[in-house]
Amino acid sequence: MTKEMQPVTPTTPVPFPSTAIAADAAQDDAGIAKEDTAWTQRPEPTPHLDEAVDSNPTAGEPLGQGAPKMRAQDIKVFYGEKQAIRGVSIDVHEDKVTAFIGPSGCGKSTFLRCLNRMNDTIPGARVTGRIELDGQDINSPDMDVVQLRARVGMVFQKPNPFPKSIFENVAYGPRIHGLAPSKADLDTIVEKSLRRAGLWDEVKDRLTESGTALSGGQQQRLCIARAIAVDPEVILMDEPCSALDPIATAKIEELIHELRGRYAIAIVTHNMQQAARVSQRTAFFHLGELVEYGKTADIFTNPREQRTQDYITGRYG
Amino acid sequence: MTLFLALVLVVLVAAAAAYLARSRAAGLRASGGGRLNSLPGYHAAFAFLWAAVPALLFLAAWAPIQEQLVNGAVLASAAGRQLPDFDLARANILGEAYQLATGQIAAAISPDAARIAPVYREALGRYGLIGGGFALLLAIAGAAWALTRVRATFRARSGVEKWLMGLLVAASLIAILTTLGIVLSLLFESLRFFSMVPATDFLFGTQWSPQTALRADQAGSSGAFGSIPLFWGTVFIGAIIAMIVAIPLGLMSAIFLTQYAPARLRSVLKPMLEILAGVPTVVYGYFAALTVAPLVRDLGLGIGISSASSESALAAGLVMGIMIIPFVSSMADDSIAAVPQAMRDGSLAMGATRSETIRKVILPAALPGVVGGVLLAVSRAIGETMIVVMAAGLSANLTANPFNSVTTVTTQIVQLLTGDQEFDSPKTLAAFALGLVLFVVTLLLNLIALHVVRRYREAYE
Ligand SMILES: Nc1ncnc2c1ncn2[C@@H]1O[C@H](COP(=O)(O)OP(=O)(O)OP(=O)(O)O)[C@@H](O)[C@H]1O
Ligand SMILES: [Mg+2]
Repeated sequence: MTKEMQPVTPTTPVPFPSTAIAADAAQDDAGIAKEDTAWTQRPEPTPHLDEAVDSNPTAGEPLGQGAPKMRAQDIKVFYGEKQAIRGVSIDVHEDKVTAFIGPSGCGKSTFLRCLNRMNDTIPGARVTGRIELDGQDINSPDMDVVQLRARVGMVFQKPNPFPKSIFENVAYGPRIHGLAPSKADLDTIVEKSLRRAGLWDEVKDRLTESGTALSGGQQQRLCIARAIAVDPEVILMDEPCSALDPIATAKIEELIHELRGRYAIAIVTHNMQQAARVSQRTAFFHLGELVEYGKTADIFTNPREQRTQDYITGRYG
Repeated sequence: MTLFLALVLVVLVAAAAAYLARSRAAGLRASGGGRLNSLPGYHAAFAFLWAAVPALLFLAAWAPIQEQLVNGAVLASAAGRQLPDFDLARANILGEAYQLATGQIAAAISPDAARIAPVYREALGRYGLIGGGFALLLAIAGAAWALTRVRATFRARSGVEKWLMGLLVAASLIAILTTLGIVLSLLFESLRFFSMVPATDFLFGTQWSPQTALRADQAGSSGAFGSIPLFWGTVFIGAIIAMIVAIPLGLMSAIFLTQYAPARLRSVLKPMLEILAGVPTVVYGYFAALTVAPLVRDLGLGIGISSASSESALAAGLVMGIMIIPFVSSMADDSIAAVPQAMRDGSLAMGATRSETIRKVILPAALPGVVGGVLLAVSRAIGETMIVVMAAGLSANLTANPFNSVTTVTTQIVQLLTGDQEFDSPKTLAAFALGLVLFVVTLLLNLIALHVVRRYREAYE
């Protein structure tokens, strides 16, 4: 990967490049977000969300250039007879954080799990539609699911470190994928991953202690370190902060900002302020459908759809 | 009055008390006494328990006492004093007299029995009346006391609660006390054994030939009661050969059932595996002796082991291993299933394959539970008797050759105690010493297993 050298601080909005307009136009064709309403027409602003969006200078960032990192087209997911996702198309872009929001049970997790084929592990789950990673169909027989999951990492709602030492938790992925030919390489990878996950200073003296002995927030950062240790291209996070207190949450959010630029990140969250703070793109799901998808600033301050408006102002959900 | 009649009467009194209590409580309610603290049903139960339980407990305690008293009275009578002194003969006659007195037989073979039968009947009647009468009095007293308590404000409900708790405590104490009794009797007989044979000879001797010890000049001579070959045979069969079979097979079937088998297959296979645990061990014994042992002998001879015998450690161990597969697999199954799904997902999402996930995450996490299951299986295997009696043989060989015949602790206990035995020779008492050591070993194994399993359970709660 060539993203290593990018700055890790949140970037300020770049001037609207003409190519971005083209990209947005392409999205219109797919029937997704539209960005024609001005900021001044915002209906019923919700003060906290406003602040959150304002605190995120990248919330209005337009799309970057080039093809999306992952592209999902007309995804439908069935659990047995029950349909959980009803034809969703979304692009996840490199160096962007894409937030998935929506009321409970609307299929956010289900959709997220499609992106690294974790639904394969659920008996009775069936996925149709096409999902591409760098233009390659991830459901095709040519795609090795083991390789796919190494390229598309995942962080779960509840921290789930393995009952092994902190070191072994991070070393797990590199070991099974043979990424570290020597012990020194492995040490380097572990340290680098823990540093990136902002955990190194807290655990560098206790790497042999059990990962389950850490605090919840530390465990979650350990899981993030574990995920990035295999150098994935995309990181999926399913409500990574819902089991954490505000301070640990703030740390993870900071971390997400820092990781942006190295990895394409998709994050499911119930916390709309969190979505407003950390993401550049937001997708609103409702009853298995994608209702609206666009720039975070637009979704939270100027949504196109009434349902989005109702949800973010807390009228249901 | 026979004690059975007393029992029936007590229950009738209790039932009557319950009925009265109920209707009085109902009457209180009907007469506008306001809300009752307890429903009439609780008053009835309260009265029933007070009437029945003390009287029944008394009857239970009285029954053995009465037998002593009756026997004493009969022997003290004129006819009784003429009975032979020899214990066994006297007990026979008394038994016959009892049957005659209670009408179970019409005529006695022994004239002595016929002579003392009237005395016996009279004593039985007298003490029956005393015991039964007292029980009845207790029942009536309890009933009366309970009936005086029937008031709107009386908390019969919590009274019943206390009774129930008492009964539950008693029920659980019975099992514990019985075990304690067993241990004490084992201990007592073992001490008698160790007074004849030094404990060090028993524990560390390598010669086991209890038969020779009966000869007067050799009684208790050292060497004859060395239990090492027996314990070695037990460990060899139950903890080594059987485990070599049961651990891999049990573990692998648990992994297949929890990780690979589709739900439908699992719902068929798991009960089938558990049926194995319900096969009577004597059936495994046949199988070991008639089918496996000849095969093993032929195999031994075939690969050039001329000492291969038709009774072998291998045959018994293999079949015992099969027998305990369900123990290992169901414990392993439980502890693997208890590893949180999140752990599995975490590993799969890292791009690990299913078998990598099992080897590197699930099995290490489930290990304590698996170890606990194996320890329980070992303790079960070394206490197992039928298979080894039928297939392992009787010769106390100290050998590591699985094609040889070895013997085990349980086999020898069976050998020592079958047939007519006097319970005061070292030969029979040795059985108790063996039993005691076996008991201590399995107890320790179970304790360790429980400890290991408990620590593991805490880890995920
Ligand atoms: N393993 C499963 N088997 C059957 N149905 C499922 C399964 N997982 C999810 N569903 C159903 O699919 C729908 C979407 O579930 P999903 O977990 O994706 O929702 P979600 O948006 O993540 O909700 P939440 O915000 O509460 O996590 C729900 O109706 C749910 O009941
Ligand atoms: Mg979810």
